[in-house]
Amino acid sequence: MKPVTRIHSRTAVLADENIDTDRIIPARFLTTTTCEGLGRHCFNDWRYLPDGSNNPAFPLNHSEGKDCAILVAGRNFGCGSSREHAPWALLDYGIRAVLSSEIADIFRNNALKNGLVAIVIGANEHRWLLDNPGIDLSIDVREQAITLPGGNVLHFELEPFARHCLLEGVDQMGFLLQHADAIGAFEQQREAA
Amino acid sequence: MTAVRTLFEKIWDAHLVAPETPDTPAILYVDLHLVHEVTSPQAFDELRAHGLKVRRPDRTLATLDHSTPTLPMNADGERPYATPQAHAQVSKLEANCREFGVELHGWDSADRGIVHVIGPELGATQPGMTIVCGDSHTSTHGAFGALAFGIGTTEVGHVLASQCLLQRKPKTLAVHVDGRLPQGVGAKDLILHVIGTIGVNGGTGHVIEYRGCAIEALSMEERMTVCNMSIEAGARAGLIAPDDTTFAWLEGRPHAPQGEAWERAVAHWRTLKTDDGARYDREVRIDASQVQPTVTYGTHPGSAIALDAPVPIARNAVEQRALDYMQGRVGQPMAGTKVDMVFVGSCTNGRLPDLREAARILRGRRVAKHVRMLVVPGSETVRRDAEAEGLHEVFRAAGAEWRLPGCSMCIAMNGDLAAPGQLVVSTSNRNFEGRQGKGARTVLASPATAAASAVAGHIADPREYRIQEEQAA
Repeated sequence: MKPVTRIHSRTAVLADENIDTDRIIPARFLTTTTCEGLGRHCFNDWRYLPDGSNNPAFPLNHSEGKDCAILVAGRNFGCGSSREHAPWALLDYGIRAVLSSEIADIFRNNALKNGLVAIVIGANEHRWLLDNPGIDLSIDVREQAITLPGGNVLHFELEPFARHCLLEGVDQMGFLLQHADAIGAFEQQREAA
Repeated sequence: MTAVRTLFEKIWDAHLVAPETPDTPAILYVDLHLVHEVTSPQAFDELRAHGLKVRRPDRTLATLDHSTPTLPMNADGERPYATPQAHAQVSKLEANCREFGVELHGWDSADRGIVHVIGPELGATQPGMTIVCGDSHTSTHGAFGALAFGIGTTEVGHVLASQCLLQRKPKTLAVHVDGRLPQGVGAKDLILHVIGTIGVNGGTGHVIEYRGCAIEALSMEERMTVCNMSIEAGARAGLIAPDDTTFAWLEGRPHAPQGEAWERAVAHWRTLKTDDGARYDREVRIDASQVQPTVTYGTHPGSAIALDAPVPIARNAVEQRALDYMQGRVGQPMAGTKVDMVFVGSCTNGRLPDLREAARILRGRRVAKHVRMLVVPGSETVRRDAEAEGLHEVFRAAGAEWRLPGCSMCIAMNGDLAAPGQLVVSTSNRNFEGRQGKGARTVLASPATAAASAVAGHIADPREYRIQEEQAA
């Protein structure tokens, strides 16, 4: 994983509540055995019309929604299936951060492990961002701060270990493997009991 | 004196290799890791790339379920995979299990089936365990008083390599279900009612413990149905304290302890309950006597109502979009809605009692002419047991298709799916847009409601069929 320290982008908005991981990446695309190339199917059945052309009703197809790295999404984003293909698809599509007033646990966990910064913000700020698509935001992972146009700063919570891994660009496997002795001791103790 | 603790806290504490600190999450030991073909290939690649082994193959159990066809081999002995990629994915798990020494219940196993059906069937799922799987419905195993999390593929790699999971301690939510379920109302109706009450995000950040006399009265299969859908309320896991029902169900199963070890295990399992006076972070009370046959009307499992209750008016654009997608009729009940397909199966309702429940209504009746019905047993064991009772003959005589075990139309990635616009009454767990095929409309229901709807050709109250049966008898 590459270090993630700052993300600067215009925002794209998907205001729907409860955008589930089936909508982010439909199950028929899960027969892949790699993590790559899922971006072209990200939001597939929302983004394309049956003839394969772009759906004008999908906000990210509009010119102002294109090339945005920050997605502001409705409440309870990423609910449903545990498929890590959802953050893989979003990252491959070009999204680097997701902001919502509520983000489903497994999705948030998966996202952070892949360098997709999933941020929960307060309901009022969320409402404002939903109502004002296409504004420039700057996210500072180290400071846990979002700078709004005009300079106002919004602070957010980030699980400290996930933050550390984002900033250092390290995955969590290394940390676990450093504890191999403790894991072995735990196993011995339990199996002796 | 030790402090009073909840069931969740007892299991959590017993599996801490290292407790959480402000800087790092807890390292939680995993007793059982269940693996399937969809969420594991990238994790095995990760191990290979780093020269790592599976730390505990003896605590790892794999099966094929999601991408597998439910139609038999053709005349050339080939399985009718939906795509070459689906076939390749299955082959990859077979190869990975051989290379890493993981036990696979594959095509040649008499026990193959949906991962959350076979874990309990084999007795691999036991009270007090921590269980993970790269699948959100891992919460099913909580029915046995196990702490069972759905995880992502990166974490599948973590558990393969270290047998541990990094976790922040979740909060606890007690769902007390008091009273008795009315006649003709089952576990599926109950859990849909619970999710409808607490909301599709009502459990986020929490482990739910279901408790109360209505929960204690449930069979193990019914408890699995309830715990299975914990994730549909956003919960990290769902739990029910083990009791004599649990022990009787597990005794003698292949992976369950035997003889003296069984006695010792049961003595320990009896301590796995929330202590009097222990505190939950939140508590909710549900009156079981108020639960009716329940179905969904929208595009998430929290949009659940009694099937004879009016579909509520949309309160915002998102709800309106869901109603439009479902072609919902505001103010009208879901009962009476024309049905195109019926699916009975899945890790929610693909066990023997579920199939019996559907067969009881279908016996001596026909599926309506315009309805296509698939019945997909949850495992080879369920299939054998059902066939031994002649349930497959009941389904076939009624005009339903009797298939091979697998996830099938629950996730619709194996070729079993509905056409755009079709309405499916499904005993599965998710009614998301496109879940059962692009443009397909899903109504979640119990096996009884699904069977009654298949016969009627429209969403129907199973109790009416029960009454007919009683009058005939």
